Amino acid sequence: MCTSIVEIVSVEGSGKAASGWFPVEQAVVDYDHPTHAMLEESINIDVVNPSLPPGMRVALELTPDSARALAHSILSAVEAAHEWRVEHGGKRP
Amino acid sequence: MAYEGMIAETTSMVGFERDVISAYLARPLGAGPYPGVVLLHHAPGWDEWYWETTRKFAHHGYVAISPNLYHRAGEGSSDDVAARVRAAGGVADDQVVGDTDGAVQYLRSLPIINGKVGLIGSCSGGRQAFLAACRLTNLDAVVELWGGRVVMSEDELTDKQPVAPIDYTEHLSCPLLGLFGQEDMNPPPHQVALHEAALKKHGKDYEFHMYDGAGHGFFYHDRPAYRVEQALDGWGKVFDFFERHLPAGAG
Repeated sequence: MCTSIVEIVSVEGSGKAASGWFPVEQAVVDYDHPTHAMLEESINIDVVNPSLPPGMRVALELTPDSARALAHSILSAVEAAHEWRVEHGGKRP
Repeated sequence: MAYEGMIAETTSMVGFERDVISAYLARPLGAGPYPGVVLLHHAPGWDEWYWETTRKFAHHGYVAISPNLYHRAGEGSSDDVAARVRAAGGVADDQVVGDTDGAVQYLRSLPIINGKVGLIGSCSGGRQAFLAACRLTNLDAVVELWGGRVVMSEDELTDKQPVAPIDYTEHLSCPLLGLFGQEDMNPPPHQVALHEAALKKHGKDYEFHMYDGAGHGFFYHDRPAYRVEQALDGWGKVFDFFERHLPAGAG
């Protein structure tokens, strides 16, 4: 790691790696050198399960602007999901 | 035309705390003796560029070894393993120094080594190369390629990286070559200036070159940061430096 910019959050759900689906436990968001994106640094998002091998990873390497747009879209979708559930008699997700 | 050949292969070596870790070794096929070079890989991992570069040194007449500094993070593709190491806050400085010491001892144990061993690293490996050359006394020359975070603020120090490498400068045990890019943000030019001032203060044998029109990682021919003119000049300086301090045939 070169920048020391790392955020780690617990997550619940499933992710799909090259070898198939797996239960995810952790999302790591950092700003560091990408492997594939043609950028010097990128916002890297790795959704992983630390108890599984390193290859069980859902990976993204994004420009900071697109990472911000993704973050906003996730928040918008989560809020819309809440409103939808309330309208349909459910509880807050 | 003289026959030339090399062998390049994965191997195992003893690293920090007697851990057996993987390494990539490349050497000319001749009887030697040859100087040795240890390569410390960058933050993106023990990847294809580092294996290529290990073979490049063998092509130039060195026995070269690149220890897998991320061995303990598990098996997998270099990017997956590097992601796991990033999440863990990198590798501990003590561990890297121990692995480097193991790689130097491995080379020195080989009958084809001429008694001279150098060290090179880039990016985080550049930082670690400088650090190891300050904490070890069994190296003959070190090359630091754009080592980020040699200069560290108090809030950047962690349990794994408890001391800024610049604070070890007085213990640098061998000649140092440093190559940097004027447009690099890590290390930025003002940190390179602090690094150089510390070397001057302690009377160390060093040479620094700052390249215009280059940023971080300008040797990486598979990345957009590649700058062909600066990289070719830089490689020339690396081999010139090692030829002076690790002369072939010396014993």
